[in-house]
Amino acid sequence: MTMPVLSPPKPSRVHAVLGVLMPSVCVLIGAILAFLMFPYDLSFLTRIVIMMILVVSFDLILGQAGIATLGHAAMYGCGAYMAGLLALNVTQDPLLGLLAAALAGGLVAWLSGLVLLRTHGVALLMISIAVTMVLQEVASQARWLTGGADGLAGITIGPLLGLFEFDFIGQVAFIYSVCVLAVILVFCQILIRSPFGLALRGIDGSASRMRAIGTPVYRRKVTVYVIAGAIAGIAGALAAQVTGLVGIEVFNFSLSADVMVMLILGGAGRLYGALIGTLLFMVVHHVAASIDPFNWLFVIGLMLLLVVFVLPKGLVSLPGRVTRLWRRA
Amino acid sequence: MSLILSIAVDGIAYGMILFMISVGLSITMGLMRIINLAHGAFALLGGAVVHLLTTRMEVAFIPALLVAVFAVVLIAVLLERVLFRQIYGFTELGQVLATIGIVFIMIASINFFLGSTILPIGVPAMFTTSVDLGFRTLPFHRLVVIVSGLLVLGGLWLLMERTRFGIYLRAAVDNRAAAASLGINTPYVYLVAFAIGAGLAAVGGVLGAELLPIEAYYPLRYMVLFLIVVSVGGLGSISGSFFASIGLGILDTAGRYLLPGIGTIFFFVAIAVLLALRPNGLMGKAQ
Repeated sequence: MTMPVLSPPKPSRVHAVLGVLMPSVCVLIGAILAFLMFPYDLSFLTRIVIMMILVVSFDLILGQAGIATLGHAAMYGCGAYMAGLLALNVTQDPLLGLLAAALAGGLVAWLSGLVLLRTHGVALLMISIAVTMVLQEVASQARWLTGGADGLAGITIGPLLGLFEFDFIGQVAFIYSVCVLAVILVFCQILIRSPFGLALRGIDGSASRMRAIGTPVYRRKVTVYVIAGAIAGIAGALAAQVTGLVGIEVFNFSLSADVMVMLILGGAGRLYGALIGTLLFMVVHHVAASIDPFNWLFVIGLMLLLVVFVLPKGLVSLPGRVTRLWRRA
Repeated sequence: MSLILSIAVDGIAYGMILFMISVGLSITMGLMRIINLAHGAFALLGGAVVHLLTTRMEVAFIPALLVAVFAVVLIAVLLERVLFRQIYGFTELGQVLATIGIVFIMIASINFFLGSTILPIGVPAMFTTSVDLGFRTLPFHRLVVIVSGLLVLGGLWLLMERTRFGIYLRAAVDNRAAAASLGINTPYVYLVAFAIGAGLAAVGGVLGAELLPIEAYYPLRYMVLFLIVVSVGGLGSISGSFFASIGLGILDTAGRYLLPGIGTIFFFVAIAVLLALRPNGLMGKAQ
């Protein structure tokens, strides 16, 4: 049996820097085009960008370390509530909100990760779902803090960096989210290419071999879970700041499931896969759900079966497969 | 005192429903080692068929139930042959995604044909009367549920312990490869186990419609509940599922009666702690 080669051939320094920046550059170009082409759909575009951040964070857990959970909404929701509460009670500075939300998401991920990363398979899925359910119940019961089922409303955010006011059409909100996404993509690229990232992929390949060569597997898993949780918290905070609302739906099971579906659709383990999957999912959702929400469920179910049965590596693997078929023919 | 009794009766009846629906899931998950999120769909299908027959065609309840179970078993056999047989070979993640996909398609189809409202089931008038047991009265429906749960438990025990098929099934749960190499037709065992599980889920779904109302989103709404029963009880263990169902039924009911508001939190924290301490469930075999 041959092991996959984990370390890429040593590229030149310029190549390395280009590789790190590439996804962010693609996102920026795409965002500028979208901004010019759909100036009236900016709130929808912003939602896509926020989802991309969430899915990229899930890619660190599922795509890199191979840990399948169904509770990623837990960290997203905590970040959203954190940012909302901070803006309502303490400060309206957006960047401080992101920082606090990242801390909140990371803390929840750390506490829950300590327990759930000791298990695997069904027990792991169940505990991750249970954590989200508990948080949702807490949010709905602690009415004095979270507003219960009504959620937090009327969140206003101060100007970005003290300079740019959030406008009514959402131009600043869109640019702000895109910039956050670009920074996070650079961070993730560096993380994936670091020895830590290699260790994660090694754990995905064979945890017992990694243990045998001295990697503290459990600690690495907790670390990546906390990092991904912090990024998910940032995504939640962006959603809270941009829409001005936080409700208990942020902890919905369907959000965790959607995130997983988007990642698998695009292809787990690659940042481009997360981006493409989210884009496709959100656009199809937008179109199909505006016709009939139940049709949408049918479409997504069918897409899932197709991906699992026909394209197990996701859409990003499509070009490679097509060229291989081409060569064989 | 009467509060404790009501909690016990409601909790046990609720637990019996959970047991009937999830025992099939436990067997299939223990046998084929797959994560099946689509099991609740069989309970939904059973309920939908009974709804169609009793309220739209005015068939009596018992024949409608029999027809529904038969129809669900038929659909389950078809699905097993066409889809699930391939899914057995997938990775954990692939199984989660494929079965969620099946759930989504099922919800969309039920909604397309029957709408998204709650589908009432025409139960016999007798179900709503109460029975005097001497020391207290019981709603007849609860009694039916508890008795059928016990009958299912007894029937499964006989099947597993006293028949040749039971021996095959236990052998396949313990070690699939060894069972196959000894000449046991494991694909056939899988098929029959899957069909029995689906049929029982249909019975549980119909009888439990009063507690878990039948509607298009049923498989998604209660999926977590059924999976919790299975993972707490231990995959592939019938007695484990039974004790887990009854225990969780009472725990959930007691939480709702005694701690309204934080009952659900208590329930899920208890589950998470239990699974963290015993990842293979109460009676699961170490893997």
